Amino acid sequence: MIHVEGLTRTFGDRVAVRDLTFHAERGEIIGLLGPNGAGKTTTMRVLTGLLPPTRGRVRVAGFDVVEQSLEVRRRVGYLPETVPLWGDLTVRELLEFVAALKAVPPANRRERIDAALASCGVADVADRRIDTLSRGYRQRAGIAQALVGDPEVLVLDEPTVGLDPRQIVEIRELIRSLAPERTVILSTHILPEVTRVCRRVLIIDRGVLVTDDTPERLGRATATAARLAVTVRGPRSHAVEVLRALDAVESVSVTTSTGDVHHVDVTVAPGHDRREAVAAAIVRADLGLLALSTREPTLEDVFVQLVTEEPGA
Amino acid sequence: MTRARIIWQRELSALLHAPAAWAVMALFAGLSGYFFYNLVAYFNLAALRAMQNPLQARALDITRSVLHPYFSDVSLVLLLLVVPALTMRLIAEERRSGTAELLFSYPVTDADVVVGKYLAAATILTTMLVVTVVFPAALSRYATLDTGPVVTGMLGLLLMGLAFLAMGVFFSSVTENQFVAAMLSASFGILFLLVAWLEPFVPARLAAVIAQVSVLGHFGSFAVGVVDTADVVYYLLVAATFLFLAVRVLESRRWRGME
Repeated sequence: MIHVEGLTRTFGDRVAVRDLTFHAERGEIIGLLGPNGAGKTTTMRVLTGLLPPTRGRVRVAGFDVVEQSLEVRRRVGYLPETVPLWGDLTVRELLEFVAALKAVPPANRRERIDAALASCGVADVADRRIDTLSRGYRQRAGIAQALVGDPEVLVLDEPTVGLDPRQIVEIRELIRSLAPERTVILSTHILPEVTRVCRRVLIIDRGVLVTDDTPERLGRATATAARLAVTVRGPRSHAVEVLRALDAVESVSVTTSTGDVHHVDVTVAPGHDRREAVAAAIVRADLGLLALSTREPTLEDVFVQLVTEEPGA
Repeated sequence: MTRARIIWQRELSALLHAPAAWAVMALFAGLSGYFFYNLVAYFNLAALRAMQNPLQARALDITRSVLHPYFSDVSLVLLLLVVPALTMRLIAEERRSGTAELLFSYPVTDADVVVGKYLAAATILTTMLVVTVVFPAALSRYATLDTGPVVTGMLGLLLMGLAFLAMGVFFSSVTENQFVAAMLSASFGILFLLVAWLEPFVPARLAAVIAQVSVLGHFGSFAVGVVDTADVVYYLLVAATFLFLAVRVLESRRWRGME
């Protein structure tokens, strides 16, 4: 469905994407992960036929994005990052406009529009002008316009930004429900989002593909840096000493202290679960155990991990 | 061209849903009505005086003293007010607000967008000019008008307006700022209009070129009731050239990644 071969895009002297190669099949949900400015948006704009590549070949839904740009754009639904929509249109008018441009046959246009309105949860504001909508509704209207042409490929740039937690869950569910007949590629800088929605993750940093993997494997990679957050009451040096003495504990550092309550970061060696041992040790040492939890690996952790593991470094 | 038609419909409804287009239409109707009324009133005064003087009466010519000045007044309003107001936001605003990115993610060519938007502005301009037909029509109830120059004069105004609308679309494509686009099209409008002033001061060969470029030079024949193919071609060529340039600007901006 998506074939990217050696994609490079430069803006003047700045290289936004460097020699990027990946393929995606129908039904895949792919997460593009990376910090701001990593080249996610540039990659997505190339996929939608908006931006011609400087070098490399990109084929989407069987068509070349440069040579057959119109064919590509007919088969792609795109949600730009800032969700620019024409404020003077109602949501329904927007979908009618897009359906006409994407040559949805007039006979099933109405049905398609109603379906898009319903699945994105904007049916109740269908006749309101877009510039009167809240951020969440705008975002969903934006996804509805990407869907209305029944695209084979959906390109969503940060689809859950600015939504409240309930809406985020709804949108993720919607994206998952679209997958069987479509290829979805979405960008994000939130790691849990990827693990919950995507079956494959591409991590991009400074325009270069760092890794292409499943979220599970990525999770395992980050598990090597498993960290525990411990809140303990008692003398600070004693607490640190007790924790350091444990097997498989690589480092112990106090992040904050209030009186004799200390928040401690514990890094554990790969493949070990030391939560019980930590709890037992603290109790044995006559310290107060106030809280113990595993810290969710953040994108930062993944990056640190991937960058430090680079061969030859 | 189906897609250009869809863009045309969308743009026309956007223009008609914004107060600016209505304001321009009202101002245009008001100003041209005012010019027409004034010219007729002066002519009336001259006609009254001519009742005492048969020599003066023979010199009375409603085409020359009402229609000609009316056409040149209206062409100024078209260039300075109507064209900038109708075209300034067409492309500049899509870029400023970021909707250009969405628009060009749909299966439309740059030419579809430029032509569709141009035709929307042209539709409004045509309507405005058609409305002003009531002025000579009303006058013809009381005076014998020479229909030929009236019809060709209106046609000339329309062609001139269409040529400058294309220029306005072009200037709207080169900037994200509506105000800059309006200033550019008004300034170049004046330049095209008044370039003829240079004629006496430049070498003959250059003067001939200037006469060909000047907008007013090509309007003269319409005002006297003649439709000269060369003049029609001139206006259509100006329109086509600026539309072509606007398409090229959009293309080049996309290759550079500015859309």
